[in-house]
Amino acid sequence: MNTQGRKTHIDTLGVEGGNAASAAAGTISGNRALMLEEPLIFEQDSPGTTGVDLPEPPTFKPRLGKVRERGTIGLPGLSEPEVIRHYTRLSQKNFAIDSGLYPLGSCTMKHNPRLNEKLARLPGLSDIHPMQPERTVQGALELIDTLAHWLKTLTGMPAVAMSPAAGAHGELCGMAAIRAAIEDRDGSTSHRRRVLVPESAHGTNPATAAACGFTVDAIPADATGRVDLEALKAKLGDDVAAIMLTNPNTCGLFERDIIEIADAVHKAGAFFYCDGANFNAIVGRVRPADLGIDAMHINLHKTFSTPHGGGGPGSGPVVLSEALAKFVPLPYVVHGEDGFSLVESGEDDQANGKEFGRLKGFHGQMGMFVRALAYILSHGADGLRQVASDAVLNANYVMASLKDVMTASFEGPCMHEALFDDRFLKGTGVTTLDFAKAMIDEGYHPMTMYFPLVVHGAFLIEPTETESKQSLDAFIRVMRGLAERARSGDAEHFLGAPRMTPRRRLDETGAARKPVLRWVPEVSQAEAAE
Amino acid sequence: MRYLPLTEADRRSMLATIGVPSVDSLFRDVPEAARLSAPIEGLAPHAGEMEVERTIAAMAAKNISAGSVPSFLGAGAYRHHVPASVDHLIQRGEFLTSYTPYQPEVTQGTLQYLFEFQTQVALITGMDVANASLYDGATSCAEAVMMANRVTRRGKAVLSGGLHPHYRDVTLTNARFHGFEVVAAPADPEGEEDLLALIDDKTSCVVVQNPGFFGQVRDLTDLAAAVHAKGALLIVAVAEVVSLGLLTPPGEMGADIVVAEGQSIGNSLNFGGPYVGLFATRDKYVRHMPGRLTGQTVDAEGRRGWVLTLSTREQHIRREKATSNICTNSGLCALAFTIHMSLLGEEGFKRLARLNHAKAVQLADRLDGLKGVEVVSDSFFNEFTVRLKKPASKVVNKLAKHGILGGVPVSRLHPGDEALADLLLVTATETNTDADMEALAHGLKEALS
Ligand SMILES: Cc1ncc(COP(=O)(O)O)c(C=O)c1O
Repeated sequence: MNTQGRKTHIDTLGVEGGNAASAAAGTISGNRALMLEEPLIFEQDSPGTTGVDLPEPPTFKPRLGKVRERGTIGLPGLSEPEVIRHYTRLSQKNFAIDSGLYPLGSCTMKHNPRLNEKLARLPGLSDIHPMQPERTVQGALELIDTLAHWLKTLTGMPAVAMSPAAGAHGELCGMAAIRAAIEDRDGSTSHRRRVLVPESAHGTNPATAAACGFTVDAIPADATGRVDLEALKAKLGDDVAAIMLTNPNTCGLFERDIIEIADAVHKAGAFFYCDGANFNAIVGRVRPADLGIDAMHINLHKTFSTPHGGGGPGSGPVVLSEALAKFVPLPYVVHGEDGFSLVESGEDDQANGKEFGRLKGFHGQMGMFVRALAYILSHGADGLRQVASDAVLNANYVMASLKDVMTASFEGPCMHEALFDDRFLKGTGVTTLDFAKAMIDEGYHPMTMYFPLVVHGAFLIEPTETESKQSLDAFIRVMRGLAERARSGDAEHFLGAPRMTPRRRLDETGAARKPVLRWVPEVSQAEAAE
Repeated sequence: MRYLPLTEADRRSMLATIGVPSVDSLFRDVPEAARLSAPIEGLAPHAGEMEVERTIAAMAAKNISAGSVPSFLGAGAYRHHVPASVDHLIQRGEFLTSYTPYQPEVTQGTLQYLFEFQTQVALITGMDVANASLYDGATSCAEAVMMANRVTRRGKAVLSGGLHPHYRDVTLTNARFHGFEVVAAPADPEGEEDLLALIDDKTSCVVVQNPGFFGQVRDLTDLAAAVHAKGALLIVAVAEVVSLGLLTPPGEMGADIVVAEGQSIGNSLNFGGPYVGLFATRDKYVRHMPGRLTGQTVDAEGRRGWVLTLSTREQHIRREKATSNICTNSGLCALAFTIHMSLLGEEGFKRLARLNHAKAVQLADRLDGLKGVEVVSDSFFNEFTVRLKKPASKVVNKLAKHGILGGVPVSRLHPGDEALADLLLVTATETNTDADMEALAHGLKEALS
């Protein structure tokens, strides 16, 4: 193991060499009972071993043209039991919703029902090829169409594009639709290229606007944490293509003026894109169509509980208003007299001629569609409304129970998440990051930190509706205890945290300064050092 | 409702703590006109597992699953055998229900497998570094072109006619909105195109697929040198990643960026998604890369560990100046990929590739003898093109009626080109038996007679 040669840059850390919880203190193996050290898979190579028994092909004459067969790749050989143990041990180094409260604001870490996993694996859904003849996949097309129907119904919007692969990809889809509609209306030389984005927006919003060829113009927030309507109006003009607004916003607040915002934007000839990452707060209680929205992505991996899987995959269908309904990506499902079919190209007889093109390979994230539909059907009309109600209730309960010891950034009520800032830590020597690391030792995954950018040292706490009151009370007890501890002058406790994790604080500065992004064999490491 | 733990008593007591009379009052910021009081139109009340399973299983039952019949479909999605342990491991809740590893102390599991994944991808492509995955092969291709534009500060991409049409189309969509030029060579079933003739001093990159969409495998070494001589980058797309177990990798042929569809390893067909985009490049271009990267570091006690790194490229830091807008990627599909690859190992991966090639050679030989069938591809890996004496889409529909998924008609992906209407893409993998091949040969004979 090569752990030498790099100094940690975690200067503030009080590293106590004799800490009982540290590996250095104790065992021969470096293990700590259930906390097991696990080398890289590449360090467990026994050459020639494999975990998959495949027949050796009979002799045959290769047809590789001028291409040579490759030499040694360098992949390690392991048997099945070794592989199972490796990944089991790795899994035990992860926190997950299955293990505890995971209040990562904006990310919506709610329970992932296992029925949905089971259904996504039915061979009739998982073992079908995207290029099978349409006659052989009528059930799959029906499923996409059914989910599309419920997404349209829940949002009140007339159209939905199903193919985007995640939220950011949905943003790209919606902004492309807007640009296509503007070019259709004003001509391709339209100078409407400015997009208004609040300072509190998620990073994907400005990144998407730029990826679509727009320039980004930031709009400020008012004292209540919402878009400053007057400032917005002042920015509108005939070069503005759209506004990208998150609602409920990233401060966890409903944009009270949203209908006026929509009117002003439309009056100026621009479109209203809504980042729907927080749709979980209002599903079943508010339809985005009634707010004047033109396009909104829905992260199925947030509102509709498809698992985040350590960073994906997601799915980001985009609902569209009448004005944008034709400007959809290819492909899409249509329902005709003899069943369902796919419009896969602009040359298709059923195409409307205004489709803006393809966004990804094949037809969208089918595996996620199955799970999201199962979620919708399981909750039903009453359950979905209850989802939003309980999500908002839980967040307000956390807010109400912490606001005397932490500093809430804005006046409530909040929606599905509670935003605090670091004013309550002033003078304690403890930062939001330090506080988060101490939460880890208490058995919690921290909230989202330092986002949104409009408050200092943000704590964005989203408990979700799948936490019980007991669970919230235990969390509140911990948060209150930590807040009091910070203010009592015990900064040391926070600066050294976490102490009980598989690894303590990691040197991120060093990692970025001299990136090591892959394993290399010992020999080449030695060679490289010479 | 089984997923909602709050009781009515809980709700009442929580409302009292908050100091409001009802949940409705928490929604008071919603404009009155937009408050929905009616139930969701047409949606039944909540349902138990049994009812939901019944509804969705009924939809599943209307599809013909590829594994239940002789199946020869490819064109960018391949049916391979996925070992049982893969699906077992990715369903461990600690993997399945975790988020992007933003807090490294409690996500070393995810970070370590991503570091191993990056290493495996770099090794099989023959490149220096790989990222922690993008959405799929097609979006990775578009991202690669935009990266080449950044690296070369040019804005014109040349796409081979052997590039998967979806990869081409996604690149074209991005070109239209992001604002760069694309020269797409016409479909090239015979492998005769001259890409060099399309390059000029504005060209940022040339994108070729290997094996090509129509099946041919090519040595790209000379093309790489010629592209580099013009100051452009060579991007190699790999739609069937198993081929990298047999063929000289793109990295050894001089590729600057390699993008691939990783679905074949560890992931089911899933009707086209979710899949996993692989993205690898040279060390010197790392800071231009899209997507997340995991890097090695040490913790406060000097022990080796992993973190997300070089995030100053990414949207959450750079916002409108980011290298890509991607956030959520294909984490769990990357996990499936890396577990399957670990199970295969050097021996298994190479054998799997040889086996695929052997099956395809066997099938090509079997079909080439049939009346009205001509194998067009003179070289191939596990997929090749045949010319039929009738329109391929008609033949495929006829085969489907007889319970055979006989291949992908080229016209489905290249619609409107009459010259391609008779071409059929046929794939054989380790899952195809001799009996499957006999069934296809027999079916084709009937369909063509
Ligand atoms: C407010 C907001 N917008 C957009 C996104 C991007 O969504 P995704 O990660 O699915 O691409 C996220 C999630 O991270 C988000 O929280």
